[in-house]
Amino acid sequence: MIPVLDVKGLHVDIPLAAGVLHPVRDVSFSVQRGETYCLVGESGCGKSLTALAIMGLLPQRALRQAAGLTFEGKDISTAKEREMSDIRGQKMSMIFQEPMTSLNPSYTIGNQLEEALVRHKRVSRREARERAVFLLDKVGITAAASRLKQYPHQLSGGLRQRMMIAMALMCGPSLIIADEPTTALDVTIQAQILALLASLQLEFEMGIILITHDLGIVARVADRVAVMYCGQVVETGEVTELFENPLHPYTQGLLACIPVPGRTRRGDHLGSIPGLVPTPIGDLTGCTFRNRCQYAFAGCADEDVQPREISQGRAYRCLLSPDACAQNASRRQLP
Amino acid sequence: MSGPIIETQAVVKIYTVSAGAFRGKRPLKAVNGVSIKVDKGGVLGLVGESGCGKSTLARILLGLEPATSGQVWLDGKSVSQVGRRQVARRIQPIFQDPYSSLNPRKSVGSIISLPLRVHRIGDSTYWNRQVEEMMDVVGLRRRLRRNFPNQLSGGQRQRVAIARALIMRPDVVICDEPTSSLDVSVQAQILNLLMDLRREFGLTYILITHDLAVVEHLASRVAVMYLGRIVEEAATEDLFHRPRHPYTQALLTSVLTPEPRLGLPETHLGIAYPNPIDPPPGCTFHPRCPKATEICQTTAPDPVIEDGRLAECHLHEPLT
Repeated sequence: MIPVLDVKGLHVDIPLAAGVLHPVRDVSFSVQRGETYCLVGESGCGKSLTALAIMGLLPQRALRQAAGLTFEGKDISTAKEREMSDIRGQKMSMIFQEPMTSLNPSYTIGNQLEEALVRHKRVSRREARERAVFLLDKVGITAAASRLKQYPHQLSGGLRQRMMIAMALMCGPSLIIADEPTTALDVTIQAQILALLASLQLEFEMGIILITHDLGIVARVADRVAVMYCGQVVETGEVTELFENPLHPYTQGLLACIPVPGRTRRGDHLGSIPGLVPTPIGDLTGCTFRNRCQYAFAGCADEDVQPREISQGRAYRCLLSPDACAQNASRRQLP
Repeated sequence: MSGPIIETQAVVKIYTVSAGAFRGKRPLKAVNGVSIKVDKGGVLGLVGESGCGKSTLARILLGLEPATSGQVWLDGKSVSQVGRRQVARRIQPIFQDPYSSLNPRKSVGSIISLPLRVHRIGDSTYWNRQVEEMMDVVGLRRRLRRNFPNQLSGGQRQRVAIARALIMRPDVVICDEPTSSLDVSVQAQILNLLMDLRREFGLTYILITHDLAVVEHLASRVAVMYLGRIVEEAATEDLFHRPRHPYTQALLTSVLTPEPRLGLPETHLGIAYPNPIDPPPGCTFHPRCPKATEICQTTAPDPVIEDGRLAECHLHEPLT
């Protein structure tokens, strides 16, 4: 089956006064139709820039290089801005974190929903309105027809995010990139929005790239996961496999950080990763996690670590052998 | 553990807000009769959705906002009689966002020592000594004292905020979402630090957060707020194992733990969080409650206290 999106060796470089920043380094993954692929990592790990690079929405001075970037079997690595803007919003759309800042406060909801359809499909406003009502209904917004005349500030956070989802679905995309779609929402609403995305995905057979820092969300919605650190994918795998047998020391460290009711003992120290994420600037050699890694040895600084594939779709970027990593995991007594 | 260090009785806070362009002004009950009690050395977790009044309650406890009615006692004395300065010496806050709660034009050293200077305690050599001591306690390198907040990472800023809160040696620290703007690995460092400091200084915490996993890990008791009321209050263990209020049950099922085999939970809650200006009649939770009955639509339930725990729900009223 041809994946909806296939990314190979994606790099993003941003020239700064202090040197060249490498926020995304050698990122490769592919997303199938109907699949949820999660990019997870802490702030500054390059997960959002990866999404922007795919959409062709990078800031102007950022340089994108890719060994391969195909969307629905078509190479888009050299696509012109004009071609990209035909794809964006139509076949590939994005849901952002804060619905209030990504909606235009001075246009009605109806106006903003219909815009994409009118732009891409050349339909009449009336047809566009019918589609908007249909989708608002789908995302669980009641009295859809009257909502179209409202402005974004008249909706609650949860409703706004539902509206953003409806907007992303207007042209029937085959891929949705959702960047922290529930971070600004309350816990009860978060579960509802994620369930909504999952049911819409089933109905419309879309691929979803979900970007988040929350390992709880990843565990519950992902099919496959890529853990990112300092611009690189450090571990990939199918979700249960990755959570139950994490191999990379960073993945293990992250999992040890989260309290889990019923599993971590109350008042016990949580695991933590000492130190800070380095800024990926200038020439980088060796593993960028070595300064924070409790298993680091001299060899970690010398060579660039290549991903080590242990089975189909399961890989990690560390010099330690899979057995050594598994032993480390059992010694940590992860929750 | 001795008696309660901080206690409130039927605290109410009403704001007057504009109800819309030509509809005049209307009262908004942000906090609607809240009574809490925190034992010395305990940790009370205060949870609820945004807009439920938990931060307003924190501001009242800190004396930043007067309550419309009701009482707050600190160590058995009414706060209104003790006076604002004395209260500030004993209750200190740590706020959510260390990016906006630190003055960007002041150095770390002067931010941490500000409470001492405001209260005119000691002289400059004493301030310096105290600042260095507090920086050691919270794990900041001493040489950072001349730096400015924008040169620090999120975790370091939150450590500065903690040092500032502790320099007065308060009894109670109110932590309003202390880790929600931090990364996962840093969040764990700060939570560990908060737990250590509580033991070291014998602190009492009121921990306000929406993250129930954090509450379960730190708190000894938990109060769940909904639309300005405390709808359930119990020891952490009891609340997590045997939640009584349907809202608490829904909150607990919404916690997404990193367990991939469980999938997404079904919360059975309607989508709408009610408008606090126009709260529903009867039990304010009934429009979203999967277990609501007829009486819930008309009559507000009374708090029922039983086995040292409180629940405000018709399902738990004793049969008469």
